[in-house]
Amino acid sequence: MASTLETQQPPAGAARSIHQRTLPRYAPAAAFGGCLVIGAVLTGFGLIGTVVLGTVIYLVVIYVLSRTVESSRKAADRVVTGLVTSAFVIALVPLVSVIYTVFSRGLPVLSATFFTSSMRNVVGEGGGVFHAIWGTVYITGMALVISVPIGILAAIYLVEYGRGWLPRQIRFLVDVMTGIPSIVAGLFAYALFVLIFGPGIRIGIGGAIALSVLMIPVVVRSTEEMLKLVPNELREAAYALGVPKWRTIVKVVLPTALAGIATGVTLSIARVIGETAPLLIILGITDSANFDPFSGRIATLPVFTYYEYIQPGVDGSGEGRAFGGALVLVLIVLVLNAVARLISYLFSPTKA
Amino acid sequence: MAKSIDVSDLNIYYGDFLAVEGVTIPIAAKSVTAFIGPSGCGKSSFLRSLNRMHEVIPGARVEGKIIIDGNDLYGAGTDPVAVRREIGMVFQRPNPFPTMSIYENVIAGMRLNAKRMKKSEADDAVEKSLRSANLWAEVEDRLRRPGSSLSGGQQQRLCIARAIAVEPQVLLMDEPCSALDPISTSAIEDLIHDLQHDYTIVIVTHNMQQAARVSETTAFFNLSAVGEPGRLVEYGSTTKIFSNPDNESTEAYISGRFG
Ligand SMILES: Nc1ncnc2c1ncn2[C@@H]1O[C@H](COP(=O)(O)OP(=O)(O)OP(=O)(O)O)[C@@H](O)[C@H]1O
Ligand SMILES: [Mg+2]
Repeated sequence: MASTLETQQPPAGAARSIHQRTLPRYAPAAAFGGCLVIGAVLTGFGLIGTVVLGTVIYLVVIYVLSRTVESSRKAADRVVTGLVTSAFVIALVPLVSVIYTVFSRGLPVLSATFFTSSMRNVVGEGGGVFHAIWGTVYITGMALVISVPIGILAAIYLVEYGRGWLPRQIRFLVDVMTGIPSIVAGLFAYALFVLIFGPGIRIGIGGAIALSVLMIPVVVRSTEEMLKLVPNELREAAYALGVPKWRTIVKVVLPTALAGIATGVTLSIARVIGETAPLLIILGITDSANFDPFSGRIATLPVFTYYEYIQPGVDGSGEGRAFGGALVLVLIVLVLNAVARLISYLFSPTKA
Repeated sequence: MAKSIDVSDLNIYYGDFLAVEGVTIPIAAKSVTAFIGPSGCGKSSFLRSLNRMHEVIPGARVEGKIIIDGNDLYGAGTDPVAVRREIGMVFQRPNPFPTMSIYENVIAGMRLNAKRMKKSEADDAVEKSLRSANLWAEVEDRLRRPGSSLSGGQQQRLCIARAIAVEPQVLLMDEPCSALDPISTSAIEDLIHDLQHDYTIVIVTHNMQQAARVSETTAFFNLSAVGEPGRLVEYGSTTKIFSNPDNESTEAYISGRFG
């Protein structure tokens, strides 16, 4: 043990010992605090300037400090730690900012009437997202019903049955589909229903199909990854017991991958539930609840939010409703992510 | 009713790679045959070709003939699924189903094939198989725990119990004891002794004493060089192979001078 430690050290006198002088544990925090103060004074107490300048000064200070007290390796380590932490904080800034804005401006709008009333006959204050919530829930639900069987079966084909060139082509197309802009999916669904019903059509099932176009590739890819994770030994164990291939897939492979598949499906819902562009085209907007997916316009949360924001009404109260709608959408996505975690916990095979 | 197996001129391929070449060997019914030989010489590959498990690997195929009780194993009308119901297998590495409990793992062969069985029948089958695999005492009070909660050696015995629960005619065992302690090993050897009255058993082992203890016939596989296909060097009664083999390399391998 000692010899490996020694070989990592430069062979310079006292450095050969495994004991080293180290900065006290509070040193980085104290140095950072001090640097923030310096930054604040230098920039005249602007928030962003203080943090940016303070961080830069800190990186220099901690390097010099660590280099003199500790060693050059420790100094590099501390600088890199500072850099990756800064990158992490920068990545977090937009997320925190969005959540803060949506909550601070959306929360005051939320009330019982906001959830229970639609925008029917509402001109100024009042009104709510009842119709849009239901639109979003059942359009997404229908998209789910369409995408999950197709996506999972396609993934089963790719992993369990596909041989040769065909699966490669399918995989390539699925990758391309993952990247298509959502507006294209909307135009596809719209064009499809124009062919059937003529121009100007607004129809709920069309929205579900547009969302399915976006969901299917996500479901296929996530399910495929999960099926690939199922060890081949398990398939072989089942075959060796004289179990036919399809039963092996249904009773061994799918249950083993269930947690991952369910998580993938839940996250694919979260991915499409906020889609605006395709629904704007094929569903449009309406002020009242429409429970018929086969005729007429249907309001959904993202499109509702969009219209409330660009057409806030005579008294401008729409802007508040827009943030309310956005908040409801964010909450739904948060719940879906929690559900995904719960599912992966409940269905994971190692659990008793 | 046990089955005899007649292999003639078998070549085993992984894609273009010829892994095993020209194996001809009769395997008698109601007997124990041991395969020995250095690592990579194709024992597992050959064993897997006996119940058509070889072909589940993409690109894998065999040439030659295997006749089981008069039926061509690789004939046009032979259903690999039906073959595997008759010819069970224990793998080199334990592979219990992670979504199933210990209990469900043992009767997985029936459950997965949707065979109807009464609760009492299932209970009996589970207990009998687990006792034969010398696992019953350890898991008796936790049959509902997941199969993956067992230790490696326990998992291997669970897999043995699972394989014998379906009562196959032939049992192929690929180093079944490589993860087991001496006590469990001797229990498995006892099991093999018991089973051989009704079943045909083929066992791959790296343990010479084990081959000598359990088998009536021993077959020695070898490769002439790395990258060359494995071959069956010789086979014969275990006493002969271990005391007076025809081939020099067999004697060298058994006495531990190489491999
Ligand atoms: N799935 C596979 N794909 C390609 N080649 C394989 C595969 N499995 C085995 N082989 C090759 O076939 C040859 C025989 O392998 P096999 O597993 O039958 O050896 P073995 O005698 O069982 O060895 P061991 O004693 O180490 O288990 C080896 O050269 C191996 O690299
Ligand atoms: Mg092997």
